[in-house]
Amino acid sequence: MFGNLSDRLAQTFKNLRTKGKLTPADIDTTLREIRRALLEADVALEVVKTFVSAVRERALGDEVNKALNPAQQIVQIVNEELIAILGGDARRIQFAKNPPTVIMLAGLQGSGKTTLAGKLAKWLKDQNQTPLLVAADLQRPNAVNQLQVLGERTGVPVFAPEPGNGLGNPVKVAKEAIKFATQKQYSVVLVDTAGRLGIDEDMMQQARDIRDAVNPDEVLFVIDAMVGQDAVNVAKAFEDGVGISGVVLTKLDGDSRGGAALSVASVTGKPILFSSTGEGLDAFEPFYPDRMASRILDMGDVLSLIEQAQRAFDAEDAAKMAEKLAKNSFTLDDFLDQMQQMRKMGSMKAMLALMPGAGAMREQLDNFDEKEIDRTEAIIRSMTPGERRDTKILNGSRRLRIARGSGMTVTDVNSLVNRFEQAAKMMKTMSKGGIPQGMPGMPAGMQGMGMGGFGGGKSKAKDKKKGSKSGNPAKRAAEEAARLSGEKPSDGSAPAGSAFGL
Amino acid sequence: MAFEWFKKKRSDESMPPVSAADTPVTHATVEQTHAVAEVAKSGGSRSFARRIRSLFTGQLFDADHIDDLEDILLLADFGVDASADIVASVRKQATAAGAKTESELKAILVSVLTQSLEVPNRELNLTGDQLPYVFLVVGVNGVGKTTTIGKLTAWLAEGDWDVVIGAADTFRAAAVEQVATWAARSGAKLVGPKVEGQDPASVAFEAVETAVASEADIVIIDTAGRLQNKQGLMDELGKIRRVVEKTVPVTEVLLVLDATTGQNGLAQAKAFAEVANVTGVVLTKVDGTAKGGIVYSIQRELGIPVKLIGFGEGINDFAFFEADEFARGLVGI
Repeated sequence: MFGNLSDRLAQTFKNLRTKGKLTPADIDTTLREIRRALLEADVALEVVKTFVSAVRERALGDEVNKALNPAQQIVQIVNEELIAILGGDARRIQFAKNPPTVIMLAGLQGSGKTTLAGKLAKWLKDQNQTPLLVAADLQRPNAVNQLQVLGERTGVPVFAPEPGNGLGNPVKVAKEAIKFATQKQYSVVLVDTAGRLGIDEDMMQQARDIRDAVNPDEVLFVIDAMVGQDAVNVAKAFEDGVGISGVVLTKLDGDSRGGAALSVASVTGKPILFSSTGEGLDAFEPFYPDRMASRILDMGDVLSLIEQAQRAFDAEDAAKMAEKLAKNSFTLDDFLDQMQQMRKMGSMKAMLALMPGAGAMREQLDNFDEKEIDRTEAIIRSMTPGERRDTKILNGSRRLRIARGSGMTVTDVNSLVNRFEQAAKMMKTMSKGGIPQGMPGMPAGMQGMGMGGFGGGKSKAKDKKKGSKSGNPAKRAAEEAARLSGEKPSDGSAPAGSAFGL
Repeated sequence: MAFEWFKKKRSDESMPPVSAADTPVTHATVEQTHAVAEVAKSGGSRSFARRIRSLFTGQLFDADHIDDLEDILLLADFGVDASADIVASVRKQATAAGAKTESELKAILVSVLTQSLEVPNRELNLTGDQLPYVFLVVGVNGVGKTTTIGKLTAWLAEGDWDVVIGAADTFRAAAVEQVATWAARSGAKLVGPKVEGQDPASVAFEAVETAVASEADIVIIDTAGRLQNKQGLMDELGKIRRVVEKTVPVTEVLLVLDATTGQNGLAQAKAFAEVANVTGVVLTKVDGTAKGGIVYSIQRELGIPVKLIGFGEGINDFAFFEADEFARGLVGI
């Protein structure tokens, strides 16, 4: 599988670490990776091109932000630009002054219009509106039926005078629906239309006819988040063919990166109003441009780490830890301490999922047993303070006692002690600017993830060969730790030099 | 054995070919056997190339424009790596052959695409000595599973295959009714849930049981659309398969893929292949502006052949996939 963008950027920048400012060549290298990431996220080529050149201009002219390394600077610019496109003119549904507000749904076959109609109806009902669903998809077998079932489930009435399955005139249905809604004083009319291809002239004409018949306040273009390059053609076809006022992105609960969102927003200039995120009728929410931006970039929570990097991190803690490492006084107590700090930050699994590269390591995450931390904790807590300070005194009889005390086996105790000793050794090497071999300090379940699991990737382990340039051991250790944690300087809650690379 | 399913079709040449069966298939009590026509491919296939819009609409493609090819392939959802690979191959072969003109280059492109898309086992598996054959149709939401089943059923019914459809999409509102409409159109028997929200595996099981009891030839099981990252739903699919296989083996697992799908298509194919052992891909909606280039990576990386191609809402709007035809359709020659 592809490494994610942050990993690849780290690779790109392995030699640029100490540079304060980017040269145009550096920027080009980075932008190539960004371009690739965007294309892999299915952002349309023309949008990628425009976008990348806009970012290039800004990157060349941008002031140097000391808190960020060059890769981070570009990522930040990219992120800001993405949000600007995705969130331009963020707005909500416009309700008509004189009810009913008419909302028409349009899109390709299978984009999720009918399901969305049900969700939107429920949402409107929860907002104390009185919606009416209109079955104007008379094409697809049993679309009318589907809408009726959704109406039943949401308790929203459905206007469906025609049976569908190719019978009936949708324009007439739509027109009558408005009359009906006005008479019965429904506040919102939701018109579900048949799926159609943008190049199907007859069907586009029909869509225009429906539009003209109902004079909608909103024409929402419904598009599947998994759509690839074609998003641009489709969006243009609907924009030109029917005219759209907003976009709804569906199936965002999948694992697609959803570049289509950027394509559509950028090509039509129309705001994305909602995202639809699941099977349930409640799985529907307003669209969040910032979340979408991180998703497209597959940057996990790195972006918020970037923000944190711009604040100062707790230098005192970092220095203390570095000192311990240098003096070789890193004990099992410290080891436990770090583990508990991580625990405080929330569920391990949830936290790991936020890390860059989580997409690729989902499987490992699933295999990772959080109980492993509990077990490790039990073993350490069964040791005397003396044993925690110095593992060398752990003879067979002590180990047996510890195993019994913690309900584990001697083998478990041995393996923890080994892991700890290796971790301590590795961190000591690191604090001297050496090359750590793997990440043995992790609980067994995580070892398979190696450095990559924590925002590294094998390629990055090689980076360490260069070592840190700083003459100050504290600073050096902090830098190394930052490097381990996905290239981002850690925030105060995770002291630098953590055995977990966080 | 001399029984031909497509006796009448052979002369009419409008029907797609299916794989030849050397060994006749016998049904326990039915005397009828289904051998499959040894129709030559050239004579049998419906044409779909003209339903695909050329990559080069309004685009010049000659020696000066080879570089543009990468963008063109990207636009067709081939993906970054595959596009670069194809361009490299075309360039290499063009240099070797000294090809410069548009038609020479296009011919090279067609052969590069065809070669990489050519895989064995492209035919629907309608052989094997145990009836009924069981087809499982899977995919994410909204790709056209039910429509595909409708078309496939009609085609099989035309060839006098006795089809039972198992409506195991018990989740989406009115999905059962939708597949029932298609079943009625082609005269297939439908087995649906007896109670609302019945376990899909049990519906599938009942469909197979019904088929065995009524000595039907083929069971096609419609499943609910599911996103490949929903572990619970994917497990459910594995269960459907296991439950069905208690009675008869599943002969085909068709993954339906919308041609508009981008790079996520590969993730879809991987995930479905893992839980349901996908035997073929059905590429739908190629009549739009999307090209479905992602199938290139799916075939190459996962070795799953594209078997069928769908292009419209009409009951006859599908064909058997041919690498060469697809390549020609894309290149527009």
